[in-house]
Amino acid sequence: MEANRILNIIMSGSVGPVVILVSIIIMVWYAGAVYLNSSFLIDRYEKNNIDWSLSELATDSWSMERPVLPSPHQVAKELKKTIWDKKITSKHSLVFHSGVTLSSAMLGFAMGTFLGILLSVGIVYVPALDRTLMPWIIASQTIPILAIAPMIVVVLGSMGIVGLFPKATISTYLCFFPVVVGMVKGLRSPNIILVDLMHSYSASKAQVFWKLRIPASIPFLFASLKIAIALSIVGAIVAELPAGAQGGLGARLLSGSYYGQTNLIWAALITASVISATLVSVIGRMERSINKRMGLQT
Amino acid sequence: MSEPTSSKPSKSTSIDINNLCLTFETQTEPVHALSDINLQINSGDFVSLIGPSGCGKTTLLRVIADLEKPTSGTITVEGKSPHEARLDRSYGYVFQTPALLPWRNIESNIHLPLEMSGYSKHEQKKLSQQYLSLVSLIGFEKKYPWQLSGGMQQRVSIARALSFNPDMLLMDEPFGALDEITRDRLNEELLHLWEKTQKTVVFVTHSIPEAVFLSSKIVVMSARPGKIINVIETNFSKDRTFDIRETPEFLEVSQLVREGLKEGHNDGS
Repeated sequence: MEANRILNIIMSGSVGPVVILVSIIIMVWYAGAVYLNSSFLIDRYEKNNIDWSLSELATDSWSMERPVLPSPHQVAKELKKTIWDKKITSKHSLVFHSGVTLSSAMLGFAMGTFLGILLSVGIVYVPALDRTLMPWIIASQTIPILAIAPMIVVVLGSMGIVGLFPKATISTYLCFFPVVVGMVKGLRSPNIILVDLMHSYSASKAQVFWKLRIPASIPFLFASLKIAIALSIVGAIVAELPAGAQGGLGARLLSGSYYGQTNLIWAALITASVISATLVSVIGRMERSINKRMGLQT
Repeated sequence: MSEPTSSKPSKSTSIDINNLCLTFETQTEPVHALSDINLQINSGDFVSLIGPSGCGKTTLLRVIADLEKPTSGTITVEGKSPHEARLDRSYGYVFQTPALLPWRNIESNIHLPLEMSGYSKHEQKKLSQQYLSLVSLIGFEKKYPWQLSGGMQQRVSIARALSFNPDMLLMDEPFGALDEITRDRLNEELLHLWEKTQKTVVFVTHSIPEAVFLSSKIVVMSARPGKIINVIETNFSKDRTFDIRETPEFLEVSQLVREGLKEGHNDGS
């Protein structure tokens, strides 16, 4: 009974379940590190005729120079080294690389959102675009981004466009799609009675757009933006892979895998996911505050 | 409370419909929604369109509102074509559902037609106050639609339809979704509103007591094809209350309406 009550107290808040889940993930991670790194270590033990126990194997597999899977504390050490200990202007600072990736992701996100809204308005208002554009938009997303990213970067480069913009276009390429799909649905969401109501006031097309369709589409827009902003980070990282870029989380991943520095790869991956999660929650906050201002139930 | 007044002559023709037909082309066969409709509605009349589902009463209201186009026949609204009348914002339309914009508060919902008619912010505020007090909803200006009951929402919708002082009020089963107690109260309120504002009202319903209680003229319709069976004039005093529902005159008119509906039903089958 007592144990039950304690369990209830732990699981009732939001902190308890999260702590428990994270602990489980870390335990699985440590176990996985032993499992994945063991074959290399056992080979070495046998070659050198060293007697080994399970605890020695575990300790060794958590402290390798270049493990297949680094242990959590090694990644944490790498994160501390590259985030806190380096100056942010340094080429070895993850903050610097995150900034590079973030700036192209944000530019791409802004362009993708703008393009997505523009296309959705076209699709909703021009029947010809509705029939012709949508299949192309869907087809565009079936092409693997890894295949098209180098081409975009190279083509734009040959036109003399280099730097931030070509990278941002990859993010744009991924971002605009959820925005188009969401906004087309959102702009069409007002029911027929509301459209008739506007008609009965002899409202102009612009009035129907600004006073009815745009406000009605806001919840749909935010759902799309949450997907788009996470994709923008993916796009920016993918864009950094083929370009042989000097900076950015993608460049870090590339050099990490080139030199077999798995600690570095994992540190970059974790940084990327933390950035994505933060951005999604920022959009969520904006959504809540706008919903509140619009008087909508959340 | 200031009353919106209308200086129209009392018995001019507001709506004039002659030989009007409307056929919907469907994939299988044409549907004759309205067939040979002839109807004159005077300014200041309260006209109910009553009939079974599918008799075209809503379609007729939508033709008057220029939300549907007739196939043949003529119709004038306030001496103009329905299209011109709509462009002149000659009517306020109350739908089956309140049709309030969920992201606007009550006051701002009433401002919607006023914004489009180009009223100043100050006038918008004044008019929304005036019409909210007319439907007894002062104090709810800053509430959002979901915070109000269905009956209150429909009262907001009526206030909104009246706010820009149109000549006519077109109402499509506005109280159909409400419980009977609320419906009775809103019927009495609507009757007072009609008295105060002297508007021409066209009211679609399928409730006989509602039609008889409210109307100065009851148009009984039948289905397939939608046509007018009978037009019944009533002569109840303007300040009537629900007590008249027990009077012989009321029951007599109700009986007439019921017979009309029955006749139409037999015709149709």
